Amino acid sequence: MSVTLSDSTAANRARVQRSTRASLVGLVVSIIVVAALAYGPYAFLSKGNQQNLTTLFIYIILGTMWNLLAGYAGMVSIGQQAFIGIGAYGIVYAADILGLGLWIGLVLALVISGIVAYLVSFLAFRLSGGYFAIGTWVIAEVIYLITTQFDTLGAGAGISLTTFRGYKPEIRIAVVYWIALAAVVVAVAVTYLLLRSRLGAGFTAVRDDATAAATLGVNVTRSRRIAWVVAAMGCGLAGTLLAMTTLNVQPGSVFKIQWTAFMIFIVIIGGIGTIEGPIIGAIVFYALERYVGDVGFWYLVILGIIAIAMVLFLPKGLWGLISRGGRLQLFPTGLRLATPLATPLATTTSSPTSGTPPTTSAEDL
Amino acid sequence: MQWANAVVQGLLLGGLYALLAAGLSLMFGVMRLVNLAHGALAIVGAYLGYVLVQKTGLPPFATIIVVIPLMAAIGWLLQSTLLNTALNKQALAPILVTFGLAVILQNVMLQLFTADYRSIQVGDLAGASIQITPDIAIGVFPLMTFVVGVIVIAALQQYLARTKTGRAMRATSDDREAATLMGIDNKRIYALATAIALAIVGIAGVFIGIKTQFNAYSGDTYLIFAFEAVIIGGLGSLWGTLAGGMILGVATTVGAQLLPSSGTLLADLVFLAILVFLPTGLFPKVVNG
Amino acid sequence: MALLEVDSIDVFYGDFQAIYGMSLSVDEGETLAVIGANGAGKSTLLKTIAGLNSPRSGDVRFDGTSIATLPPHKRVPLGIALTPEGRRMFPSMTIEENLLVGAHKARPGPWNLESVYATFPLISDRRSRLANNASGGEQQAAAIGRALMCNPRLLLLDEVSLGLAPVVVQQIYASLPTITAQGTTVLVVEQDVMHALRVADRVQCLLEGRTVLEGTPSELTRDQIASAYFGI
Repeated sequence: MSVTLSDSTAANRARVQRSTRASLVGLVVSIIVVAALAYGPYAFLSKGNQQNLTTLFIYIILGTMWNLLAGYAGMVSIGQQAFIGIGAYGIVYAADILGLGLWIGLVLALVISGIVAYLVSFLAFRLSGGYFAIGTWVIAEVIYLITTQFDTLGAGAGISLTTFRGYKPEIRIAVVYWIALAAVVVAVAVTYLLLRSRLGAGFTAVRDDATAAATLGVNVTRSRRIAWVVAAMGCGLAGTLLAMTTLNVQPGSVFKIQWTAFMIFIVIIGGIGTIEGPIIGAIVFYALERYVGDVGFWYLVILGIIAIAMVLFLPKGLWGLISRGGRLQLFPTGLRLATPLATPLATTTSSPTSGTPPTTSAEDL
Repeated sequence: MQWANAVVQGLLLGGLYALLAAGLSLMFGVMRLVNLAHGALAIVGAYLGYVLVQKTGLPPFATIIVVIPLMAAIGWLLQSTLLNTALNKQALAPILVTFGLAVILQNVMLQLFTADYRSIQVGDLAGASIQITPDIAIGVFPLMTFVVGVIVIAALQQYLARTKTGRAMRATSDDREAATLMGIDNKRIYALATAIALAIVGIAGVFIGIKTQFNAYSGDTYLIFAFEAVIIGGLGSLWGTLAGGMILGVATTVGAQLLPSSGTLLADLVFLAILVFLPTGLFPKVVNG
Repeated sequence: MALLEVDSIDVFYGDFQAIYGMSLSVDEGETLAVIGANGAGKSTLLKTIAGLNSPRSGDVRFDGTSIATLPPHKRVPLGIALTPEGRRMFPSMTIEENLLVGAHKARPGPWNLESVYATFPLISDRRSRLANNASGGEQQAAAIGRALMCNPRLLLLDEVSLGLAPVVVQQIYASLPTITAQGTTVLVVEQDVMHALRVADRVQCLLEGRTVLEGTPSELTRDQIASAYFGI
């Protein structure tokens, strides 16, 4: 893909590209880290640490999914706990009640999350902005209340996941750990590839200015719906992992709105609108929860204050600081110019910046 | 006849929902801000009433006279510091900031008052009722709630329609930039709108405290009710919000008769049905500002 | 002494410069017409005087004091009123409510509901019509009336004729002498040169953000104006 400017000599040709040296390094480092983590249970990871990392992986998946919705598609949902619950109940239902076993159960739980998300999108998408946010919450409440009506699903008391019966605890913990690791890789990779696709450019356009994007031929609703369904499946995946770690699905616990609060904190702390942000955010959030969590409820108060301060004064989060305002990208989703052009305007990349308002164009004068 | 009774109780409950929803509707109308901390703020009002009764021995209803200016002051401060800043930032900032605020308020209240349920005691009044027919009795307190709800909605409506500041608020809602050209300071108008919104939700909070037991987390349910009443009634219509509250109230009380175990399910389903079939609500605003 | 002095201002929209070192002054009681093609910077100039844009350099003085950093709502009580391009009526309010909002920060003076209706008969029997349902001409008359309600010393009129039938434009311009007779200073921006020339004491022509011609209507020839307007 190259854009040729007036001058035809190769040296003056502006080449548009995605990868940078940093992104190549990022890819190599990611592969090494994932490989090391995959090997971990054989060598250096205790059972406890495998369980800790599984929790961290769940946070990374949740953050990545909420970021896909809010950071890229511009939709603030506070009802993602619906899909965590559906994923958790889905795997119990498919694996145990239907007797399909762990693997098919896992896949089926994701499919159910996706289908429910697709169907409720026709309700939720009638609202926008803040009302969309509360609308998703109402939908989550309804799904929660309906779930507890079924005695087969344990009604209000919850239900156990029995598919791991017969596994030795250390094997089960390692298997769940590997599934979680694979799930993180899949979640991040799917999000990354989605954003690099044509659809991804559409997302960014929609988030920055939905009306303008629509006039440019971006199918706004379709883009949003795809982001919504993918994010729901991701949250469903996190829900199956929760069921696998706790082995017991409590409606009040899997459907609690705190999950969405965690997602929001993770994304805001890490940096909204970047792939790296939620990963950093999840690590920081996990560390805070682990080491500061014992100050009890003040912990959430402090988190709330940090989140508000970051939204107002550090909107690109920690990753924005680390990457020096977006110049360093390990997972570049936008296009950038390989050879800088003469005018300063052209050096900006189409990389996502947090929802800036459309600037006044010359035609408005 | 228990159904007729449920309907009557539901209609009265609508007054409380309208009180909860009016502020949410006003803030959205004036500055397109959806305040996710609205439910938590209602509970702040309930705790204020509770503390006043406990510490000063004020009669429960008299606490409203203190709660209104306190909540209005909180609203004014909140808007002039936090929320006006958030409105100037990226598009998602107001939603995220009010969400963070809700989390903070909830947990501060939890810390101060524990998770134990409290309520504001009004003695005999809680059980007092007027027998209409052998099967239908109207509680004195629900009736008071309803009357206050109607009075507040009517007063707010008149304020917006007849007063100079009310007009300035509507002008700002229609076109903020053009309003500044009329000499209207939109930040002041926003602060005033939030002050009014919180004063009203403070009244709602005291009534919630008297009507039922509450704790720090109770606000979530009330935010949802407020939101549903606004959408059912149609954005930008205060009388619509009252009607929406009454429909929701009936759905709640009838739902509790039908499925005692599932609480608000019927109310939520009524809301979703209206969203599907009447997406602009029962009383859509004629003009889109 | 000049009521309004614009002193070599540069105005930008992001990286785009709309006005280059422009200066102008308007005396008390005078009517100045600023003309120019689309994109010449006329509306930007008025928005900068009203406070919706701020100049990156240069100064705007009103009655001798700098107002360059004042927000728009603080300029109204000083006596600056803008009828913006596109009229920008408050659509959910009636014509009369729109006028009343115009009086939000009213100074003492001759303008009130009665005198506005007398000056613009077009809207006097449309008082309770929603602005959204009013015709373009009614909206334009009401928009000028709304600006007058604060009893401005300086009235800024942006593209009064835009999108209106010639008859309606005639009617609205016919009211201008009534306004200036009250001693109000008027700065009118127009693409319609003939109307501008007819009402103005002085004309200033802009091209691509710069002043290219100024003078009284009687001094300037049609050819001078045409070449300044189109930059040929």
